[in-house]
Amino acid sequence: MKKILVPIKMVLDANMRPRVKADGTGIDLSGMKLSINPFCEIAVEEAVRLKEKGLAEQVVAISIGPAKAQDSLRQALAMGADSARLIETDGPIEPLAVAKLIRMVVDEEKPELVILGKQAVDDDCNQTGQMLAALLDWPQATFASALRVEGTVVHVTREVDGGHQTLSLPLPAVVTTDLRLNEPRHCSLPNIMKARKKALDVTPVAACGVDTVPRLKVLGVKPPEPRKAGRRVADVSELVGDLRAAGAI
Amino acid sequence: MDEVTQRDHVTCDVVIVGAGPAGLAAAIRLKQRAADISVIVVEKGAEPGAHSLSGMVMDPSALDTLVPDWRSDPDRPLTIEVTQDHFAFLTSGRAIPLPEKLFPPLMSNKGCFIGSLGTVVTYLAKKAEDLGVDIYPAIAATELLFDAAGRVTGIVTGDMGVNKDGTHSKNYTPGMELRARHTLLAEGARGSLSKIAIAHFGLDAQSGFQKFGTGLKEVWELPPGRVVPGRIAHTLGWPLDRKTGGGSFVYHGQGNLLTVGFVVHLDYQNPTLSPFDEFQRFKTHPSMRALLDGGRRIAYGARALTEGGWQAVPRLTFPGGALIGCAAGFMNVPRIKGSHNAIASGMQVADAIVADPDAVELTAWRDGWQDSPIGRDLFAVRNVKPLWSRHGLPTGVALGAADMWCHTLFGKSPFGTLRHDKPDWASLRPLAEVTPITYPKPDHVLTFDRLSSVFLSGTTHAENQPCHLKLADPAVPLARNLPLYGEPARLYCPAGVYEIAKLPDGTDSFVINAQNCVHCKTCDIKDPDQNITWTPPEGGGGPIYAGM
Ligand SMILES: Cc1cc2nc3c(=O)[nH]c(=O)nc-3n(C[C@H](O)[C@H](O)[C@H](O)COP(=O)(O)OP(=O)(O)OC[C@H]3O[C@@H](n4cnc5c(N)ncnc54)[C@H](O)[C@@H]3O)c2cc1C
Ligand SMILES: Cc1cc2nc3c(=O)[nH]c(=O)nc-3n(C[C@H](O)[C@H](O)[C@H](O)COP(=O)(O)OP(=O)(O)OC[C@H]3O[C@@H](n4cnc5c(N)ncnc54)[C@H](O)[C@@H]3O)c2cc1C
Ligand code: SF4
Repeated sequence: MKKILVPIKMVLDANMRPRVKADGTGIDLSGMKLSINPFCEIAVEEAVRLKEKGLAEQVVAISIGPAKAQDSLRQALAMGADSARLIETDGPIEPLAVAKLIRMVVDEEKPELVILGKQAVDDDCNQTGQMLAALLDWPQATFASALRVEGTVVHVTREVDGGHQTLSLPLPAVVTTDLRLNEPRHCSLPNIMKARKKALDVTPVAACGVDTVPRLKVLGVKPPEPRKAGRRVADVSELVGDLRAAGAI
Repeated sequence: MDEVTQRDHVTCDVVIVGAGPAGLAAAIRLKQRAADISVIVVEKGAEPGAHSLSGMVMDPSALDTLVPDWRSDPDRPLTIEVTQDHFAFLTSGRAIPLPEKLFPPLMSNKGCFIGSLGTVVTYLAKKAEDLGVDIYPAIAATELLFDAAGRVTGIVTGDMGVNKDGTHSKNYTPGMELRARHTLLAEGARGSLSKIAIAHFGLDAQSGFQKFGTGLKEVWELPPGRVVPGRIAHTLGWPLDRKTGGGSFVYHGQGNLLTVGFVVHLDYQNPTLSPFDEFQRFKTHPSMRALLDGGRRIAYGARALTEGGWQAVPRLTFPGGALIGCAAGFMNVPRIKGSHNAIASGMQVADAIVADPDAVELTAWRDGWQDSPIGRDLFAVRNVKPLWSRHGLPTGVALGAADMWCHTLFGKSPFGTLRHDKPDWASLRPLAEVTPITYPKPDHVLTFDRLSSVFLSGTTHAENQPCHLKLADPAVPLARNLPLYGEPARLYCPAGVYEIAKLPDGTDSFVINAQNCVHCKTCDIKDPDQNITWTPPEGGGGPIYAGM
């Protein structure tokens, strides 16, 4: 295969504690560490491994987001992607708009395989990959926990209730990654240095001719209620009694 | 380890360890003065600013010189000028204000700005990168490189993917040599490579030991209307006893955010003292309780600061490199300010390099600092800390204030230059000689425990790596420190890293929860046997502070 496209999203680092803005309109990201979405990192790793095995010639990473998302793209380059593209936008952007922008890039780059994360850990939408497959009218396999390319077919193993399911898809195809697909590598300093010299192309979203107007309206964002202290029950009958009294059963 | 590792290397003109204000100021100044000079900065934090923690009220004098147009920059990192400056002595129930007229002018905060060091560092990092400096975050410098003549020729970055037992994981990535003509150690207070360089080259032969404090800080979001941007307040006294140095700082910032912090001098004597719990108790003072009521704590962190001042500044250079910023100890104790001197020191060392790029030792920096603004800033207040340590509160502090007034009025001090008595690790008294301190339990609204606090600092470390807190003799904690002092590490560590746990058979065991370490360096300073050495864990580990 000639080319794999890996869309990646920059999200609030998983180790940071999200803080809801005082006015309840969203999460306050000021000063917070932003990182590559863990499922996207897995996608990059998988693409680079396919390249290292000689099954793909080129890996292109793409992100849609603010200028700062170049940091995430540089990380993808340090992991082994060959080139990167940023479609720059500061506004809110929803999965449908992202999928349409990726389709545009697919038309230009002509990859045989697109590997995305199954979901981004900020909004947890779990939609982009599926929407992209529909827009392209390509076969899709979501939640991949193993992936094998054989000629013009990709075999994808998925974790499903009660076991594993393996799908075989003709290329070109869309695959989304699950946690157990691989363990992403460390970026070594020499590779980080090389990554700074690789091509990173930036296009403003306005130049893409894609409608990115949000279709959803956020009514409010609230932190979860603090957990109430637990209580120890003496036996099962007390538990059942209490649950009945609370109307839970 | 003797195994020969094949390491990649790169060569540059100047390698800088630490992207704090000192290291970044040096990088910026080098590029401003000599655009073709190649500069690499490594920073152990996940990104520049992630490990930056300060009060902070900043004296902008050095920033004005480094980035002359920062005040008109729409992205300027400091926006709130100090407008009200309060100082009070606390008893358990009262706050006795000290009139501003009595403050020695050397402590004035006129023209200073309230902000966060993290924001300043992010700003400086952007400036440096725009000038062509290569900054590599999440990379720790773990060793110095030497040539055959004993000159420092750069640093080695840490290996990644090493297992707890020292074997290499699937993801093992060896460190890299960064070779340079000049190596600048800008690691801040108690830098791990700085400590090695000071010992190796005997840089403290004249100055003697450094003195330290531990600073703890929380950021609170208060109900609208209570924060008065521009107001700052400091206190001395309660909850510390008269023999223990330290005090609080409360800075009113933007967006209903309030900084509350507490410093405890690490020459405290009572091994049952816990800086963390003194800080928590401080917040229960009636004046603080009223201020914080209805607010929400959103951030926590801790970091050591240098307190030795003028007398404790070591020789600043060695063949191939130099110390700058708080790695050299340029903190002004009565002002609790060091970031202006950190920036100034970075600029001065850069000027020394540009003036003589091939110098083996940067003597212009070594011999010039005393006659520079840094020297003048520290000289005038040099006796405050030794007087405080010797005479405690209120005598020592009053003498310190009088000494500063003498400096202002007559240009000299009646005490000459006082030396520091002993290093901080030697000041603990055995349990048997002290009255144990007991602390109230946290209420989880105003006061907290260590674990929920560390949680707010975003601290993580790659799992399964070797413990980065090294014990010279693993027997010391249980055999000596526990019976003699009650193992003070349990109490001085602000992150709950050290614990004494009971094993099922009833015996004690010393547990190190290294993954909680916020890189404050207190254990490396205060362990009474100097048995604990802090070494850099895998790059990117440690806290992720946002605007601290
Ligand atoms: C790889 C992966 C990554 C994920 N990442 C995220 C993420 O980032 N964010 C997120 O929010 N969610 C994530 N999830 C989903 C999340 O883990 C689940 O949604 C969540 O665990 C569901 O919790 P639950 O308690 O409803 O159900 P379960 O996880 O099914 O838990 C059921 C619990 O009840 C017990 N139990 C089950 N059956 C019985 C029984 N018959 N009798 C007694 N006890 C029983 C089980 O032991 C278990 O402890 C992820 C899931 C996976 C697999
Ligand atoms: C609680 C507290 C309150 C303070 N209040 C004020 C105040 O109000 N005003 C003021 O001006 N000053 C204040 N200071 C002092 C001020 O923070 C310091 O003087 C200043 O930060 C020193 O700057 P530096 O660049 O020398 O070191 P630091 O700011 O400590 O930066 C050193 C950097 O080097 C990195 N590093 C260290 N070792 C390595 C290594 N081996 N490899 C890679 N990276 C490494 C660290 O992660 C860090 O980012 C305060 C300090 C504390 C602790
Ligand atoms: S282990 Fe040492 S350096 Fe780490 S937080 Fe505790 S005292 Fe500070």
